[in-house]
Amino acid sequence: MTALTPPIAAESTTANLPQPFLEWFAQRGWSPRAHQLELLAHAQGGKSVLLIAPTGAGKTLAGFLPSLTDLAMRPKRKSGQAYCGVHTLYISPLKALAVDIERNLGAPVSEMKLDITIETRTGDTPVHKRQRQKLAPPDILLTTPEQLALLIASNDARRFFKDLRSVVLDELHSLVTSKRGHLLALGLARLRNYAPDVQAIGLSATVAEPDELRRWLVAQPDEMSALITVQGGAKPHITILDSEERVPWAGHSARYAIPDVYSAICDHKTTLLFVNTRSQAEMLFQELWRVNEDCLPIALHHGSLDVAQRRKVEKAMEVGSLRAIVATSTLDLGIDWGDVDLVVHVGAPKGASRLAQRIGRSNHRMDEPSRAILVPANRFEVLECEAALEANYLGAQDTPPLVFGALDVLAQHVLGCACGEAFDADELFREIISAAPYAELDSETFGRVIDFVATGGYALRAYERYARIRKTREGRWRISHPRIAQQYRLNVGTIIEQPYLTLRYARAGKGVAGRGGPALGKIEEGFLEQLEPGDTFLFAGKVLRLEGIRETEAFVSNASGQDARVPVYAGGKFPLSTYLAEQVRAMIADPSRWKALPEQVADWLRIQEAKSALPGRSELLVETFPRGGRFYMVIYAFEGRLAHQTLGMLLTKRLERAGARPLGFVATDYSLAIWSLDDVAAMVRRKQLSLEELFDEDMLGDDLENWLAESWMLKRAFRNCAVIAGLIDKRHPGQEKTGRQVTVSADLIYDVLRQHEPDHILLQATRADAATGLLDVRRLGDMLSRIRGRIRHKSLDRISPLAVPIMLEIGKERVKGEALDTLLAEASGQFDEAVLVEEAMGK
Amino acid sequence: MTIMAARRDRPASGEIVFAGEEAVCDCSGALFFPDQSLLVVSDLHLEKGSAAARRGSLMPPYDTASTLLLLQAVIHRYQPRTVISLGDSFHDGWGAERLPLPYRQMLLALMAGRDWVWVAGNHDPDAPKELPGSTAVEIAAGALRFRHEPSRRAEPGEIAGHLHPCARIVQRGKSVRTRCFASDGNRLIMPAFGAYTGSLNVLDKAYRGLFDAQHLVAYMIGDSGIFPIPGRMLRP
Repeated sequence: MTALTPPIAAESTTANLPQPFLEWFAQRGWSPRAHQLELLAHAQGGKSVLLIAPTGAGKTLAGFLPSLTDLAMRPKRKSGQAYCGVHTLYISPLKALAVDIERNLGAPVSEMKLDITIETRTGDTPVHKRQRQKLAPPDILLTTPEQLALLIASNDARRFFKDLRSVVLDELHSLVTSKRGHLLALGLARLRNYAPDVQAIGLSATVAEPDELRRWLVAQPDEMSALITVQGGAKPHITILDSEERVPWAGHSARYAIPDVYSAICDHKTTLLFVNTRSQAEMLFQELWRVNEDCLPIALHHGSLDVAQRRKVEKAMEVGSLRAIVATSTLDLGIDWGDVDLVVHVGAPKGASRLAQRIGRSNHRMDEPSRAILVPANRFEVLECEAALEANYLGAQDTPPLVFGALDVLAQHVLGCACGEAFDADELFREIISAAPYAELDSETFGRVIDFVATGGYALRAYERYARIRKTREGRWRISHPRIAQQYRLNVGTIIEQPYLTLRYARAGKGVAGRGGPALGKIEEGFLEQLEPGDTFLFAGKVLRLEGIRETEAFVSNASGQDARVPVYAGGKFPLSTYLAEQVRAMIADPSRWKALPEQVADWLRIQEAKSALPGRSELLVETFPRGGRFYMVIYAFEGRLAHQTLGMLLTKRLERAGARPLGFVATDYSLAIWSLDDVAAMVRRKQLSLEELFDEDMLGDDLENWLAESWMLKRAFRNCAVIAGLIDKRHPGQEKTGRQVTVSADLIYDVLRQHEPDHILLQATRADAATGLLDVRRLGDMLSRIRGRIRHKSLDRISPLAVPIMLEIGKERVKGEALDTLLAEASGQFDEAVLVEEAMGK
Repeated sequence: MTIMAARRDRPASGEIVFAGEEAVCDCSGALFFPDQSLLVVSDLHLEKGSAAARRGSLMPPYDTASTLLLLQAVIHRYQPRTVISLGDSFHDGWGAERLPLPYRQMLLALMAGRDWVWVAGNHDPDAPKELPGSTAVEIAAGALRFRHEPSRRAEPGEIAGHLHPCARIVQRGKSVRTRCFASDGNRLIMPAFGAYTGSLNVLDKAYRGLFDAQHLVAYMIGDSGIFPIPGRMLRP
């Protein structure tokens, strides 16, 4: 928090500020900023407020000013006075942020000698402190959404929150888009029930639709909070790396740019390097150290590393002893990183808003321009970076739209409410539809959710005697046994971890026997399963050798070899935003804009135009060509990897039915390639197959339904829903289930439930998740309807320039979940880049 | 991401010879001996869902239905004269009593007209209440001996269940795990048949001493067939 820096322009409005505050500001030669006073005025007038401001605008102090002034003006507390509940609740997505705020808020409070207690409550807070907080609540409690859910599920919740005046929601833009946001919205509705006068103050980065957040903050229907928008300070200075080196055709490593990136680090005080995935972070870190002749202090930070290691890096960063830090999204949110004067983004940012927020990390002061360099890892990313750059200058935002509240989250909340106190179903329904994500919920669905919470909601009413909640004689629902509340508390929250194993050094000569050495961090089980003992890989910036796996731990040793096997993942975890996809498409279609591109990339597009065609803005380009005894179809849809995967799966089914004998497909953010034994182009010529029919929207009907039923993606979505809804426990009292155990049983349950009750509410929730998340069906549907009658088919005799990147992906990436049969039938190899490029670009 | 289209040109079962007897490993997890018209299924764990519900986990109460439907299909396919349910037929001792009426009738219809043997398991050591069929701790048929838990020192021809074997291979960087029949020629361990039964890797220490590692084969159950994989290719 750098809220207490001098203001941009002095303001004279001070009427609402109590004397100690005026003196405090005056002593420092500061005055409060306009938006801080404006927010205070709204709050003092009893209104909830959304504050949208860039980093460094003093957002946090603005959010707390109403609470601090109100608490400063309250009469002195006498000893023996009755219980006084918490006054202000601060909720942030990160534990670390809450801790940060405690430190930063403590300073002005003690300097003004205010009698205000501030405490944090997170998963790390010791039990005795939590109990003490219940008995004697602090004035300001800094916490996370999960802790709020836990507080609501305790039987003294109503007393604890009865005096609540203000809820400050930090980083609201990042909270609202997930299931965590749904749980938080329901929690906020509950808080309004406990303390009807409570005000919500949302702090957010710039978003595409501020009104969505304004509704989110207050009781629905029809209400919106006040809005204060602080314009961004100086425009960031962003460039795309201009390298002498050749930009690669495919891949995500950006190895070609390492010397340029290194020299940029040398030229700056502190550089923050962002990448999209952990594997990219490891790779970049390794490559930088390879060229680090000056031995600059360069560190690595990502979510899989051991907490102690991460804290060490954060500390070093705070005191300014690092020259560069390679990081993934774990550093995205508003933690203060001091004197970063350069942000380097390696790989395409995938979204314009994400880029803006990451660049906001540099120069944490509004009035100085941030400096950033984008480093595209391949040719399509050059286009994407260029598009993101334009969007940044236009101030365009592409934060995702909010989605309806998830039913699995609702089920968790309903059980939580019952753990707190008995509830009346109609009253609770009215409260729940006052939360924006659930405003459209109908009472019938709500009834099914209650039924689910009580007895599983099955048509076969087998479990009445095992009900978790029951109606009392007064018609209120309450938990049937205290054990239910205990179980609920162990499983609260919406963050479901993929199965992870702890990486640990093996003790010399002990192998997997014995206790093992220090932990290095956590790594996905799925990745480790592909390795043999003796295989090497990159982790925590080291080359490690796998010694063996025992239960939930993987034992490793240091390997001196240079050629580690890097964790392989799909290119980026974030799919390309619709907005950026549209911009990339527009740029390709308009040769007059190619001047902005590096010559080699412009040349690539020119040859594509000559040899095939450019994908137009409103049409779908489909190329077909033979190669090595197979027939390829490349579809340039620009809808992101997830939508392309879904499309690939559906088209493969249809081609199978049409007798084209498809063998497989590969999807990237930009295009999709399908290969088959039969010549699809010839089938089109002979009118055996029509592309219009192949791409007909009706594929989203039965074909989708049939495929979904068997898809491992849906099984994974189901597992998450089942855990969140409380059907499967993350943890049982006294025993910890590993991810693997949960996976197995969830798959079996899914199969059985789908067979016997396909309309069960949990399957409904699963399909809703898949439609927006893993499968991106909604985006695919929009695309199919847009391109109807606008398919442009280019039947080529050889591979086109634009097809080279995706052809190079074939056989490179691994995917789990397909059956053994499939693997045995698999017969693909990697292609040689030089040969493909020669074919595509040659005369 | 690369995904290959599945090919379906293999039968959904695999033939083996065990202890001199020809047998068919069915993709459902059942084992059929044509010469004796004998069908073996192991670890049905009927009413596991309701057992979990008693402890507060409200699993869909349809596992019994799923398992019985699968069993019905296998019985229709092979029309066996004799069926052996190789222990842990019910998830607990009260399972047979909890069995909802329609499922009881379905089970009775499957049992009608054939010999049915309930082998005692560790979950259901006593005979299932109010159900026909004979009960046994161990039973022999020709060169074959059937029991629930594998014995420490097996005589040739032992067929057991209890351990729910699965196996894992890595092929072209992809990991595949499926249920399997596991055998070294001397002894065979059946996969679990029940809809809610998980499985345990055949290389787990629980199997230690049961197989001759040189001759271990996992008959892995695919969607379209049974794939015999030699022990040296298996992964823990």
